[in-house]
Amino acid sequence: MSDQSYVRTEMLPEQPAPFGETGILRWVKAKFFSNVLNSITTLVMVYILYWMIAEFLHWAWQPSWGMSSRRECFDAASVTGACWGVIPERFNQLMFGFYPRFEQWRPLAAGILLFIAIAPVLFSNLPRKMLTFSLIYPFLAVWLIWGGSIWFPLMVMAGFGIGYTSLRFLTPVFGSLASIVIAVLAAIVWWLFLASPVANAIQNVIPLGLLSVKSSLLGGLMLSIIIGVAGIACSFPLGIILALGRRSDMFIVKILSVGYIEFIRGVPLITLLFVASTLLNYFLPPGTNFDLLLRVIILVTMFQAAYLAEVIRGGLAALPVGQYEAANALGLDYWKSMRLVIMPQALKISIPGIVGSFIGLFKDTTLVSIISLLDPVGFINAIRGTAEWQGILWELYVFLILMFWIFTFSMSRYSMYLERKLQTGH
Amino acid sequence: MFHAIEKEIDASGMKVSDEVAIQITDMNKWYGDFHVLKDINMTVNRGERIVVCGPSGSGKSTLIRCINRLEVHQKGQIIVDGTELTSDIKNIDKIRSEVGMCFQHFNLFPHLTILENSTLSPIWVRKTPKKEAEETAMHFLEKVKIPEQADKYPAQLSGGQQQRVAIARSLCMQPRIMLFDEPTSALDPEMISEVLDTMIELAEDGMTMICVTHEMGFARKVANRVIFMDQGQIVEQNDPESFFNAPKSERTQLFLSQILGH
Repeated sequence: MSDQSYVRTEMLPEQPAPFGETGILRWVKAKFFSNVLNSITTLVMVYILYWMIAEFLHWAWQPSWGMSSRRECFDAASVTGACWGVIPERFNQLMFGFYPRFEQWRPLAAGILLFIAIAPVLFSNLPRKMLTFSLIYPFLAVWLIWGGSIWFPLMVMAGFGIGYTSLRFLTPVFGSLASIVIAVLAAIVWWLFLASPVANAIQNVIPLGLLSVKSSLLGGLMLSIIIGVAGIACSFPLGIILALGRRSDMFIVKILSVGYIEFIRGVPLITLLFVASTLLNYFLPPGTNFDLLLRVIILVTMFQAAYLAEVIRGGLAALPVGQYEAANALGLDYWKSMRLVIMPQALKISIPGIVGSFIGLFKDTTLVSIISLLDPVGFINAIRGTAEWQGILWELYVFLILMFWIFTFSMSRYSMYLERKLQTGH
Repeated sequence: MFHAIEKEIDASGMKVSDEVAIQITDMNKWYGDFHVLKDINMTVNRGERIVVCGPSGSGKSTLIRCINRLEVHQKGQIIVDGTELTSDIKNIDKIRSEVGMCFQHFNLFPHLTILENSTLSPIWVRKTPKKEAEETAMHFLEKVKIPEQADKYPAQLSGGQQQRVAIARSLCMQPRIMLFDEPTSALDPEMISEVLDTMIELAEDGMTMICVTHEMGFARKVANRVIFMDQGQIVEQNDPESFFNAPKSERTQLFLSQILGH
């Protein structure tokens, strides 16, 4: 028998790891003091962080919350930094703009109901019946915020009902394509010619509604949230359709999608906002009073959809071709395979990108200040011009940063939660 | 290269009917200018088990992928179960729900559990009620011997298990024909036999099968016809006995000596 022959007769037992190689000690050592350079960097960074936080607190920790003007802050010996008095005094405007005081419960209610409406969309373990409320919510929110007769949003909802009912009853008779066309036409005819007169007629008999509030009175963080939420909700489906269109085999569909995406991406958002505020009126028939806020929401949606389409296309491209083939081989048609097999995976891959562009959209809503909508940034400029708060800057922006950070950070945390939840690879 | 298959099957015990399952006549296919499949003529009767082999690039995968129109042929005729494959989407969907397919890389849907993978198509294509679809799925998962994995995700399973799930998923659509595109090529050697065993059982149940495979042991034991392809053409076809022991064409002899030589 040669020397190389070897047979193990018993397996070795597991032994505990050496001291300092597990737990917190190992973590601190590995992350902060693994070598000389790392240790020096750690110490320098700790010092810089300490200095920054200390300086900030020195500035921010001031007994100035009750001050009623900037002059008062200057005169008070105890105040050596931030003059926070502006925040409580102007809080209402920063939140609601010029929205009538006694009606402010309405946007507040719309805001609280928003959480109930999006909860079942965000968390799939909630009861599916809650989605009914999510479907009603857009109409409810519009009615709460803009007010007016309740019959009008109800009649708009009825349009969807008409479309759905005709689809349901016509499909067995005319087949799916024809009945979709008829259903859409029926709904459009209803909205254009019948919804408004019917709503007015009922309003005359049973007057029921809220005080009407003009768009020009909306402002503050509320305005950012309205544009942001509406933009996100509308651009998501549009982005999916554009992404599918860009990968379509149908040449015309593909060219249209590519053209749209490349055109929109080639134009800065500010330009589009100017188009919304000025140019769009030239294209519309004279005398049409097309709400500026609505125009802004439409253009923000169009802008966002183009970016979203590219993010989702990235997810689609990352899927192995075998997934498409397997779905086809199982007899799923195009829409079913997209909905059940391709999109769930593509969207999951694109979560970081999608949430990233939503966060971008939410922050971009502050750009509407340049077309003189009074979003928080617009308001800050206005407040700085008043006699009491002449030239005040940092306090308002710090407050604004905090407000926006709460929203964007929640989005980012949600995206991480979703990624973890959808994790199925092991 | 021979893979040991313990189960002995009496080839005459498996009945082949006279009914034609697949009829391919003068079929040609090009990728751009490249002529991939040339004048393919082939008849598959119900209950036949056909093994297609040949060097890589010979067009054998393309051939079976034409049968459920994952690839589109440009000339000739393919009739599956009495329905001709044309660009008519209704026919394609009908044929695809009758013809099951297993891929080299399994192609399970990673975002769905094993059970959801198996019930997806019955529920959405066949409109089977969920409960019934799940019962059928469990039946087939038991058949491929992994019912206990039903609630796991594909990535938690070994390659051999995944391929068996893929077979069960196809079977849930109650197909009349099964296509296998190199089902064992991506598997570790120790997992090949579990997949082949499943395929053998399927053959014993009388399934019409076309397998692209290099498992010559499987071909010898299960196939009633072996087709050898090269350069997009059918070079030789025969019953396995004659094909392996007395190949007629030089090209076949060379191929067999290369894959069986060591």
